[in-house]
Amino acid sequence: MLRKVKDVFSSLMLVELLKGMALTGRYFFARKITVQFPEERTPMSPRFRGLHALRRYPNGEERCIACKLCEAVCPAMAITIESEQREDNTRRTTRYDIDLTKCIFCGMCEESCPVDSIVETRIFDYHGEQRGDLLYTKQMLLAVGDKYEAQIAADRTEDAKFR
Amino acid sequence: MMESLQTLFGSSWPVVWTLAKIVAIVLPLMIAIAYLTLAERKVIGYMQVRIGPNRVGYFGLLQPLADGIKLLMKEIIVPTASNKGLFLLGPVLAIAPAFAAWAVVPFDATLVLADIDAGLLYILAMTSVAVYGVIIAGWASNSKYAFLGSLRSAAQIVSYEIAMGFALVGVLMSANSLNLGKIVTAQAGGFWHWYWLPLFPLFIVYFISAVAETNRAPFDVAEGESEIVAGFHVEYSGMAFAVFFLAEYANIWLVCMLAALMFLGGWLSPVPFLPDSILWLFLKVGFLVFCFLWFRATFPRYRYDQIMRLGWKVFIPITLVWIIVVGAMMQTPWAYLFH
Repeated sequence: MLRKVKDVFSSLMLVELLKGMALTGRYFFARKITVQFPEERTPMSPRFRGLHALRRYPNGEERCIACKLCEAVCPAMAITIESEQREDNTRRTTRYDIDLTKCIFCGMCEESCPVDSIVETRIFDYHGEQRGDLLYTKQMLLAVGDKYEAQIAADRTEDAKFR
Repeated sequence: MMESLQTLFGSSWPVVWTLAKIVAIVLPLMIAIAYLTLAERKVIGYMQVRIGPNRVGYFGLLQPLADGIKLLMKEIIVPTASNKGLFLLGPVLAIAPAFAAWAVVPFDATLVLADIDAGLLYILAMTSVAVYGVIIAGWASNSKYAFLGSLRSAAQIVSYEIAMGFALVGVLMSANSLNLGKIVTAQAGGFWHWYWLPLFPLFIVYFISAVAETNRAPFDVAEGESEIVAGFHVEYSGMAFAVFFLAEYANIWLVCMLAALMFLGGWLSPVPFLPDSILWLFLKVGFLVFCFLWFRATFPRYRYDQIMRLGWKVFIPITLVWIIVVGAMMQTPWAYLFH
């Protein structure tokens, strides 16, 4: 009974509501944690899974040996590979497409690759302006790899001890 | 200067002069409404440890302009099955009373467009008209969602108007006048003479009812952004939609202005040694409007039956009891406390 009277009284006095307002009022003056995106960026892991790249060996030879493990493991079936035998009797891809609109960025292609050829980079802010722009061909993937090789290699070395 | 203008316009001078005064009120009001939208996003952002809009202009100051241009460029879609005339009349009926009510608002002892004796009655009448905008908009859309939303909204506005009206009856009893200027001058002599103290329960009831009346959080079930997207204005787009929003913000300024005039002494200075000034009025209104945003950042949304319970079973009894208390006290030697 006494408790009930107390409850009615405190709800009439808006006690709980004022407590809530005091809390939000305190946060009004709190330091803001917004990251101003294009100018500031949050720290990123070397394992970040962004845009794909095909890597080369330092002598310029492409790493991919067309084992098609990535194609097999890809859960979204975003990878298409065709291969043939080159003059020096090694097997190489003639076609290596990744449909980035299908890709779910799970990183399984990278994990399955025996020669560290297909990798995912830190690049996440890319776009396509037309239909088909996000269908990355072998040449485009190699170009990404050539452009960012330094960063890709640095990320692999940093993560090597955990693999 | 004035005389030359007067001769220039001849017999049409009173009309021109009144129009000029109307523009002088409506223009700053429009700017205040536009910037309230920015202030809302900023204040809520700050309370959520964010920054809020800051890209368009310094500190986001051009954001309302950008929003306005965007909405103006958008198409106003009129549903085929709607009643076109009423569909377009809805937003007009929502915003027109919100502006018209400002005619009797005194900004200063002399600064008032229409110093009529039934000012408060006029304002209550005008704010009541706004509910027709809601009902017509919901009905004319010819959509069950819009219609249900408008019913919910209308029921809420009508219920809280009763508590609001009763809260103002207390002010009338204390001030013995319906003229807003006289109500303010009756509170002269420092903040302890303002009506918020003797009529404290009525002040609180009035202010909470005002939040419900304007369909603001935590009473925004009619709109309920996170649950039902929109209420009565689901079918509206572009500027027609924006007009409903402007009406909502115009109503916020209006109810805060009324609260400041009737309970917080309007333009009167809180302490006798400082001069009375219109700046005090802006300060008080600004604080009350800030409270609206503060509420929205703090409270979760009410359930519909809780809203109705609060309006009918809590606020109306409280206001009735306090009116009786005030009336009884006025027959005793302590009557001066309530005048």
